[in-house]
Amino acid sequence: MTQVHTFDAIIIGAGGAGLMAALHAERGTNVAVISKMYPTRSHTGTAQGGVAAPLGNMEEDRWEWYMYDTVKGGDYLVDQDAAEILARESVDAVLELEHWGLPFDRTEDGRIEQRRFGGHTRDFGKSPVMRSCKSADRTGHMILQTLYQNCIRRGIRFFDEFFVLDLILEDGIARGVAAVEIATGQTHLFLAKAVLLATGGFGRMFAVTSNAHSLSGDLVASVFRRGLPLEDMEFFQFHPTGIYKMGILLSEAARGEGGIMINGLGERFMERYAPTLLDLAPRDIISRSIDQEIRAGRGVDGKDYVYLDIRPETINRCQSAPGGKTVTAAQLEAKLPDIIEMMRVYQGIDPMKAPVPIQPTAHYAMGGIPTDCDGRVLGGSLSPVPGLFAAGECACVSVHGANRLGTNSLVDLLVFGRRSGRAMAEFCAGASPADPVAHAAEEALAELARLQRSRGPERVGALRAAMQHCMTDKVGLNRTAGGMEEALSILRDLKERYRHLGLADAGQKWNTEVLEAYELGCLLDLAEATTASALHRTESRGAHFREDFPKRDDANWLHHTLAFRAGSSGAGPVSEGIRFDRRPVSITTFQPEARVY
Amino acid sequence: MLVALKIKRFDPERKPAAWWSNYKLEAAPGDRVLDLLVRAKDELDGSLTFRRSCAHGICGSDAMRINGTNRLACKTLVRELGSRITVEPLLGMRVEKDLVVDMEPFLASYRSVKPYLINDEPLPADGRERRQSPAERLRFDDTTKCILCGCCTAACPVFWADGEYVGPAAIVQAHRFLFDSRDRGAGEHTAALLDMKGVWRCRTIFQCTLSCPREIKITQAIAEVKQAIVLGK
Ligand SMILES: Cc1cc2nc3c(=O)[nH]c(=O)nc-3n(C[C@H](O)[C@H](O)[C@H](O)COP(=O)(O)OP(=O)(O)OC[C@H]3O[C@@H](n4cnc5c(N)ncnc54)[C@H](O)[C@@H]3O)c2cc1C
Ligand code: FES
Repeated sequence: MTQVHTFDAIIIGAGGAGLMAALHAERGTNVAVISKMYPTRSHTGTAQGGVAAPLGNMEEDRWEWYMYDTVKGGDYLVDQDAAEILARESVDAVLELEHWGLPFDRTEDGRIEQRRFGGHTRDFGKSPVMRSCKSADRTGHMILQTLYQNCIRRGIRFFDEFFVLDLILEDGIARGVAAVEIATGQTHLFLAKAVLLATGGFGRMFAVTSNAHSLSGDLVASVFRRGLPLEDMEFFQFHPTGIYKMGILLSEAARGEGGIMINGLGERFMERYAPTLLDLAPRDIISRSIDQEIRAGRGVDGKDYVYLDIRPETINRCQSAPGGKTVTAAQLEAKLPDIIEMMRVYQGIDPMKAPVPIQPTAHYAMGGIPTDCDGRVLGGSLSPVPGLFAAGECACVSVHGANRLGTNSLVDLLVFGRRSGRAMAEFCAGASPADPVAHAAEEALAELARLQRSRGPERVGALRAAMQHCMTDKVGLNRTAGGMEEALSILRDLKERYRHLGLADAGQKWNTEVLEAYELGCLLDLAEATTASALHRTESRGAHFREDFPKRDDANWLHHTLAFRAGSSGAGPVSEGIRFDRRPVSITTFQPEARVY
Repeated sequence: MLVALKIKRFDPERKPAAWWSNYKLEAAPGDRVLDLLVRAKDELDGSLTFRRSCAHGICGSDAMRINGTNRLACKTLVRELGSRITVEPLLGMRVEKDLVVDMEPFLASYRSVKPYLINDEPLPADGRERRQSPAERLRFDDTTKCILCGCCTAACPVFWADGEYVGPAAIVQAHRFLFDSRDRGAGEHTAALLDMKGVWRCRTIFQCTLSCPREIKITQAIAEVKQAIVLGK
């Protein structure tokens, strides 16, 4: 028997976005947070380098400069009304976290210490600025812990290790979700006046990624399957400095503190591609520069990687530390303790003595569920879906446009998590209580039951690996029509094979095999949406680079992509094609210009 | 290299008692134990069950006993272990299935120290940050690193003998706030640590410190908490 719960508002996801929303919705609203992992396991905890806010604690800074950087960083596909909110409200959001106990690093006079980060500049692009607020290279950990601690303090209700399968939409209105309690296999319905999706990214569609195993975009797929659009799915960020072959991230903070990248010839190659910002240019530009070096045979030993060099003697020789200051190994160890440890543990290299091999790694989904500036999810006609909200990496506001700046995801989830929490509470105050629903996620529950009974020849792991390699090879840093058409046909074939999975675990309790199968189905749908959107956009912009259309084309493509699943809805992946629509970009202040750094 | 992977299994829906699975896997020295578990699940037995998420030692999901010590599977490389690897669930916690243990009592102990900043004084009038010097910030830096993985508590012989003991992780969390210059809630954080289940049960065995994947000096933190209680901080 399915268990039914009723709340005013439910929040799916206990990362930074979900918790921030919960803390702001909770006053006066009966809220529950549902998460497939214990909250502190969420991937927000892995964020390293920092969260931007023009506090001006180190040097002069202004929100207008920050807004400009965000818009230019996103290759002018950023909605400028949203970027203005991001830049202005970041200050208050960061200070709120400090008041809630976040242990930021401090300046000598006791203020929050800040560091440089890629693409963040003073005076509209003149030189790097210290804008990133941080706690060593553990900023995400501190944010997640602080938010969760405050949720404990306020007694917010949590359903931990509950896997949400599907959103319940009736007559175009969000009514709740269906979930499985992982420990028991029991199904639950959560009915609510308002539902916030805050489920994070979906980088596990790629083979080399910084994303957690759990980042499979389950609810983004659910939205898509319910006939709602996904926005800008072609824009997926590849972070330049992933640990070679493993994809584990080495934060841009390494370069903020003075680290540089060198190719197989020992050249600081960013001098060629971004003469002003050099190694602190935005990620799309650096990742593509690395790729070009490798293709020109200038990778290390002619292989597919380059070096990140954070040795103090290198930094001092290049005078690349902030202000050209001299740095010591001890200072670097204090500022970057975790990533230095990661290089030692995972690469067996002491980065104080030798450079480390790096390669771009799939990192961040700029696209996702379209929302307005208060987290309201926009449906087909771009009007809000009553009761449905989204925030954090799964949402597309869009403040990241075609390429997100470092530190801007944490700002996004704080600023828009907060706004959507407030908007949800307001919505709940005016809405009538959640009614019972007639058809509660029957499709999703049937799909789960089908998977659990399936005894076919195909294996989850093999299909997942095939999808990941297909996406990295054909829908990665360099894209062509031919490659992406092949990718689409591979993905459709994988979806067909997905119908014939065979599972070994017949149990109800802690059956992670069936949940992994369900996640794979979600990833397959999102991989297809990503590929089809990338094929559709015949220009290059930000993270989306087409060899066959290498230039940005503002005349035809200065708008967001909306992708819809054609045909019927369902709960499993199907191949019925995808149709497209567009959403205009909000341009209030900065007209598109050539993007030079 | 060929690795012999031995995993302790338990599934009450299938068998009342635990059993061992033995797998042989081709592995590289730089592979994580987590990579091997994922491959065993993907390629050999889909019913093998464990928690995991981030895969780089930050989320705290995959604490388990690996060749006899508590470690994160994603932060332990094959090259450190050699070709025979034995994996078991954490000790002292109820096993739910295979390597998954019931973390709820552990988390309840964590919550019992009121792990949040307590300070009801008015905020600075300009709305800006509460000031804290770099030295004051450094004072509690070590214990801010805790990821609640459970390695320490599940390595503590006192905890094995008496599951009521709050355990090192909860005390680490209390330390994080007791020594934060902004906090005013010392008495509230330590209230749960004063009785039989609290900080005095620690026998300074150092197992917690040795097993912490974040290299927190836990035994020292516990000693500092004891001292703070004695001095009436
Ligand atoms: C290694 C790394 C370093 C980074 N560093 C930075 C940085 O320095 N600065 C910056 O701005 N950004 C950084 N980012 C990006 C940023 O951390 C993420 O984009 C952001 O934390 C996402 O937060 P979120 O709240 O949207 O989702 P997450 O924190 O990923 O949380 C998702 C939540 O959804 C839940 N969930 C998902 N699916 C389901 C389901 N089906 N049922 C129930 N619950 C579900 C999960 O349990 C989890 O609680 C980094 C990212 C990585 C990977
Ligand atoms: S999977 Fe996150 S700590 Fe190992």
